[in-house]
Amino acid sequence: MTLDFGTTLGGAWFPAPIFTASGCASSGKELAQFFPLREIGAVVTKSIMVKARAGRPTPRMAETPSGMLNSIGLQGPGIDAFLIEDIPWLASQGARIIVSIAGETADEFATLARKLRGISGISAIEVNISCPNVENRGLVFACEPTSASEVIKSVRGIVGGELPILAKLTPDVTNIVTIAKAVIDAGADGIAMINTVLGMVINTETMLPHLGGKTGGLSGPAIKPIAIRAIYQVKEALPEVSILGMGGVASGKDAFEMILAGASGVSIGTASFGDPSAVYRIQNELREILTSKGFKSLREAVGYAHRSRGTD
Amino acid sequence: MPINKNASQILATLISNRRIGVYHQLIFEIGDLVRFVRPGNFIAISVGGDSSRMILRRAFAISRTNDRGTIELIVSPMGSGSRWLCSQSEGSRIDVVTPLGTGFGIPSEATTALLVGGGYGSAPLFGLAEVLKTRGSRVIMALGASTAAKIYAPIEGKRAATLLKIYTEDGSAGESGRVTDSLPNLIEEHDARVIYSCGPMAMLEAVSQIAAEKDIAHQCAVEESMACGIGICMTCVIPFKTSSGEIKNLRSCIDGPVMDGELVQWHLVGKQI
Repeated sequence: MTLDFGTTLGGAWFPAPIFTASGCASSGKELAQFFPLREIGAVVTKSIMVKARAGRPTPRMAETPSGMLNSIGLQGPGIDAFLIEDIPWLASQGARIIVSIAGETADEFATLARKLRGISGISAIEVNISCPNVENRGLVFACEPTSASEVIKSVRGIVGGELPILAKLTPDVTNIVTIAKAVIDAGADGIAMINTVLGMVINTETMLPHLGGKTGGLSGPAIKPIAIRAIYQVKEALPEVSILGMGGVASGKDAFEMILAGASGVSIGTASFGDPSAVYRIQNELREILTSKGFKSLREAVGYAHRSRGTD
Repeated sequence: MPINKNASQILATLISNRRIGVYHQLIFEIGDLVRFVRPGNFIAISVGGDSSRMILRRAFAISRTNDRGTIELIVSPMGSGSRWLCSQSEGSRIDVVTPLGTGFGIPSEATTALLVGGGYGSAPLFGLAEVLKTRGSRVIMALGASTAAKIYAPIEGKRAATLLKIYTEDGSAGESGRVTDSLPNLIEEHDARVIYSCGPMAMLEAVSQIAAEKDIAHQCAVEESMACGIGICMTCVIPFKTSSGEIKNLRSCIDGPVMDGELVQWHLVGKQI
């Protein structure tokens, strides 16, 4: 009996449920040296902005127990160079592509959406409204339902029904379900969660914040329970909405746990830093776990932890 | 620039682990991959074992290779990752990704090269010195550290250098003072045509200034904390003037670690560009 490993996110179908996480795979070229990109669900590209951006000063990272802080600040080439250089290359590899976009205003998101509309080979857009590495916390749209839905509405208005939209959410909010409902009402087809958690490390030698940008985003196994909780809560409140889950997944077992919580797909981020073949390895491990547990399809396992106890 | 096209992830066997002064000399068997290793390349090593709370690889410069498929690293057991590595017993199999990064450019004609090393940053210069010597170049080596125990200068390595000068800040070995203080004289005296350097960033910056004043080429191996070593995390960036004249944050794991010292924007390291 072969396992049906395919999955659907916001209406887009993927032959496998493991993805890269935006900002943890650059534009895919580097990881292609370690595994074939076409064999994973999709490459989720680093969040791209309208203009080229240098990002924050170094030091940009600090390792923490079972995790790390990063403070990149969305360094990237800008959408035009990205569309010329990166998209055709990924397409030539046979990779499915989810383009992650980030802007400082709802208008910038609309501009990005306009540039992406009509580009062939893109499976979905991830709207990153939750990058913690910005100067003004007020710009973290996903901290507040009104600003979050404003961005999603403007992107939806531009792309129409052409491309599925996934809204990327932060767990740094009082009630993530409120934000999830707001972005779905505004037209998002699915949710990508969670972004990194805002944190800080103080260097005890210099006695100053260690990172150039002072604060950074915490990722890695340390945040996995936060991700599992957030995904479980959103799946419980919005059972029909598909979720691309991420946050500290480092093994097939971790990915399985996230799927049980309600994720239809799982993105691998920080684990790729420690193991360049992590995405591929985790996908293979997950396939084995699902098979050994007797699941006939990935779909059956999505949200399986939500059944009441003793109903097996 | 793409990732070093020869890089692979393998399980390498630690075949020797020896303490040398304050450092450890680690020899890894990496098989056929050794053919692709160039002076200046580095290795990213998974540390701590399966249950470790350390999730990131540690990057180390490769100091030398030999044709029996082994590479040598000189490691200072300062942090928890390097201490774990230095405590591994011979025969351990360790997950590594190598060779990574750019290598030192070797002049096509024989010349006089000045190699400047700070602390254990001198290690990769010995492998470079051997290559330069094989190609007929004269190698002047100037090594500095705060104190004698932190000078890394193995006897077999010294043979590759035409002249080896040592400087310690406390005067406990060689001449007293900073290695950079002596460079203008060494350049003049030996008519050096190219400088290679490896060591702390402050030293590299000082060497760059001297190279600019003397108008000679300078290749340096930079150091910036990195999470992945393969170009995907964007943490290890160095401000650099590109061929178009633009200043960009380049990844030291892919566009480096060996970079043109004249084009590194030292005054912008750690600054918003």
